[in-house]
Amino acid sequence: MATIPADTRLAPRRETADKLRALLEAAREAPLLAVVILGGLVLVAVLADLIAPYDPTLPVKGANVFDPPFWMEGGSTSTLLGTDFQGRDILSRLIHGARVSLIVGLMGTLVAGSIGTAMGILSGYAGGWVDQIIMRVTDAWLALPAIVFAIFLAAMIGPSMWNIIAILGGVYWTRYARVIRGEVLTLREREFVKLAEIAGASKLRVIKKHILPNVLNTVTVLASLTVGVVIIAEASLSFLGVGVPPPQPAWGLMLSEARPTLMAGQWWLTVFPGACILLIVLATQLFGDWLRVRLDPQTRNL
Amino acid sequence: MLEVTDLRTHFFTFGGARVVKAVDGVSFRLREGETLGLVGESGSGKTTTCMSIVGLLPRAGRVVGGSVLFEGEDLTRKSQRELRRIRGRRIAMILQDPMASLNPLFTIFRQVAEPAFFHQHLRGRTLRERVRHLLESVRIPSPEWRMRDYPHQMSGGMRQRIVGAIALAGGPRLVIADEPTTNLDVTIQAQYLDLLKDIQRETGVALIFVTHNLGIVAKMCDRVAVMYAGKIIEQGPVRALFDDPKHPYTRALLGSVPKLGSKEPLYAIAGQPPNLADLPSGCAFHPRCPEAVPRCATEEPGDVHLAGGRVARCWLVSDGLTRS
Amino acid sequence: MASPVLEVRGLKKHFPVRQRLLGRGATWVKAVDGVDFAIHGGETLGLIGESGCGKTTTSKLILLQEVPTAGSIAFEGRDIADLAGAELMSYRRAVQVVFQDPFSSLSPRMRVRDIIAEPLEIHTPLTRAAIGERVAQVLALVGLEADVAALFPHEFSGGQRQRIAIARALATDTRLIVLDEPVSALDVSVRAQIINQLEHLQRTLGVSYLFIGHDLATVAHISHRIAVMYLGKIVESADSDSLCARPMHPYTQALFAAALPSHPDDPPAERTIAGEVPSALRVPPGCRFHPRCPSAMEVCSRVEPILQPREGGGEVACHLYPQPAPTERSRGA
Repeated sequence: MATIPADTRLAPRRETADKLRALLEAAREAPLLAVVILGGLVLVAVLADLIAPYDPTLPVKGANVFDPPFWMEGGSTSTLLGTDFQGRDILSRLIHGARVSLIVGLMGTLVAGSIGTAMGILSGYAGGWVDQIIMRVTDAWLALPAIVFAIFLAAMIGPSMWNIIAILGGVYWTRYARVIRGEVLTLREREFVKLAEIAGASKLRVIKKHILPNVLNTVTVLASLTVGVVIIAEASLSFLGVGVPPPQPAWGLMLSEARPTLMAGQWWLTVFPGACILLIVLATQLFGDWLRVRLDPQTRNL
Repeated sequence: MLEVTDLRTHFFTFGGARVVKAVDGVSFRLREGETLGLVGESGSGKTTTCMSIVGLLPRAGRVVGGSVLFEGEDLTRKSQRELRRIRGRRIAMILQDPMASLNPLFTIFRQVAEPAFFHQHLRGRTLRERVRHLLESVRIPSPEWRMRDYPHQMSGGMRQRIVGAIALAGGPRLVIADEPTTNLDVTIQAQYLDLLKDIQRETGVALIFVTHNLGIVAKMCDRVAVMYAGKIIEQGPVRALFDDPKHPYTRALLGSVPKLGSKEPLYAIAGQPPNLADLPSGCAFHPRCPEAVPRCATEEPGDVHLAGGRVARCWLVSDGLTRS
Repeated sequence: MASPVLEVRGLKKHFPVRQRLLGRGATWVKAVDGVDFAIHGGETLGLIGESGCGKTTTSKLILLQEVPTAGSIAFEGRDIADLAGAELMSYRRAVQVVFQDPFSSLSPRMRVRDIIAEPLEIHTPLTRAAIGERVAQVLALVGLEADVAALFPHEFSGGQRQRIAIARALATDTRLIVLDEPVSALDVSVRAQIINQLEHLQRTLGVSYLFIGHDLATVAHISHRIAVMYLGKIVESADSDSLCARPMHPYTQALFAAALPSHPDDPPAERTIAGEVPSALRVPPGCRFHPRCPSAMEVCSRVEPILQPREGGGEVACHLYPQPAPTERSRGA
């Protein structure tokens, strides 16, 4: 009667095939539109040098300034979406602009995410005066309008793509810090963290093995939602002349350069870059929303 | 008074692609003033059975068969509106977590008064009297004073009494209590169980007591139904079932509870409770059953009616009958 | 008798609480207020009481999650407050804990292997292969197969998870495991498995347990000795058998009265006590239990009884039994 039952019946093992199927299923649920747009833009950005018909910084030989798109009167199929005020090919500039937007969007998010996550974990796990200082700094940061702050910084450091990345990272880290700190505060009370501490794990080990892996989902979701914001911020800065310096092609800069001609009927100078910004932001937001639902453990297991 | 016949409640998830048979052919009866203990482990379907009776299933769940006759009416055919009226007055529920049943923003008075206000249209002094009386009936000390409090100002035991008072407010004929004492300390639990017994003696209300604790059944119930994997595998009068359990699962369950003053090793049931989405063939208990015969793995046993109003679902019982 | 593995003397833990927003001076919650006990090798001490009695705070003090306000905890003769460096690490290695909720105590992002290996990685210079071997060893001890090491916690049921938690607690050369309500969250049919498993492990490995619980029958079943706590103090302690045979403190009697019968024909409890555990902010004067005590006398509200040897071994703190003449020490200590 007193024998210990060998308890060997296990929950069904997930085989590799099952995992693959789960992955495929997840991919099917992903928002098709967002994936197509993002995938397309990434491809375009990577292959920009190959697919862009002209050098984006130089006027197209044999084309005039303000050539309209090809389907309009006076348009030519050699410059499909027309030319700008210097006679540069708009399509080529858009293609190269995708590269700038994506690099700034992703790198800016990476910088913001890294600073913010580090600060959030430090603040939440260390507690005490460290927490107080970081959170007061965060409050102050959040009280400043992000874009005004960014303009101020950009005007001080001077325009360049890498400066913009640093500035936007430095402006947008606070939202990560806030959210991650909250998560860490609850994680810190979870029993598996306590167990690690009782077993004598160092603080660094607890953060590395227990805290960080459990906040990564949140970081990913936040990041996917930040990319769009950073891209818009980059476009705004470029539009205001403190972003990517000309003649580099950036969508915000293209809008800015088209401003004097906005009322003159040359709509293609503004509509195309504007539409590109809209599309990429929409796609990242859709993707972020999907990711949030997907990674939220509360809804994932339904 | 209450007659549940072949009740089947299934959960449809993944757009109907997966069906979980949470309750699969449950039948039992309850007489006036009687207490039925519904015993089982988590996932055995005891809570779903109760929710099916009162029509409070989550969206994925649906009653797909059987009937619930309550005072002559089939509750499974009622509209949500009609059910709401029945729930307020003739059937009341007490859930495990009193904090989930009470609104933290309203005073105790307001919450206890609500059924009397809406169903019996009491107002003013009479309403106040009624609330005071209800609080007294659940032994709340100085009710005049306590009814101005908010739920967070009370202890867990007091809150659960308030929930009891609300349940009694409509003058119900049936109270369904779903693990009402699981979150309470032992001495408070004993007080609450005594209180429920007293109330039952005073009002003659019938009680369905959902629990996983056989000690509570021994203390409180007249009849007991043991559930496993969505089915009642044995039911009967409490004494008979404790004296001579027929189903191996009931036997094992009784043997696995430590008894005061006994140091004998406990009888442990091997394995884990089954996953309802992936039930074993034949009798759902056979992989864990120490007495299983080959037939148990292939064929599902049906209800075997025994003397003394007892029912068991086991091949050993039915074979034993045919042999003798 | 050999010297105890763990010896707790005069242990106190008071938490400050600010009562009002602008209130000056803190009041104190005396969560643990002078507790003594000892646990010997291969022995189980059951600590029983209702919520707020201080049993969980006591375990936190032993696990160095809190610093005591007063008193000492000695492990194998050394005060753990003095431990530092390598000695502290060896204490951390020798004392482990199993919590109540096996869903919260296993990290959802780690494989079983890494969960069990964590104390080994912290405390031993073992190679990966050696750690793997040890993990398989302790898994076998708790009745699980070695190849479950590659799985994640969500692939297991509650009982299996609790086995994993126990395996982890055993991974280092553990001498004392604090079991904080280890079966309360489990299904009835699985509880017996875990209790038998724990008893079996104790017999084979000689590990000591501090078993914290609120269910009298379970605590009495697994423990050699039992200490009953009420509002931060031990009111009675004795051999499990003699305590069950004759509970002497009215609170212990009340716990027995409140215990559920194992059969419908068991004689009904004579008296269940009224009232609830008072807030630890307002501990009653004299004997803490006197406002709820059915046998309270006049002296009980004035003089706090102290633990005295009781009949049949053990100790009890109650004026119903002979107390030494009241001295300064026993008054409102």
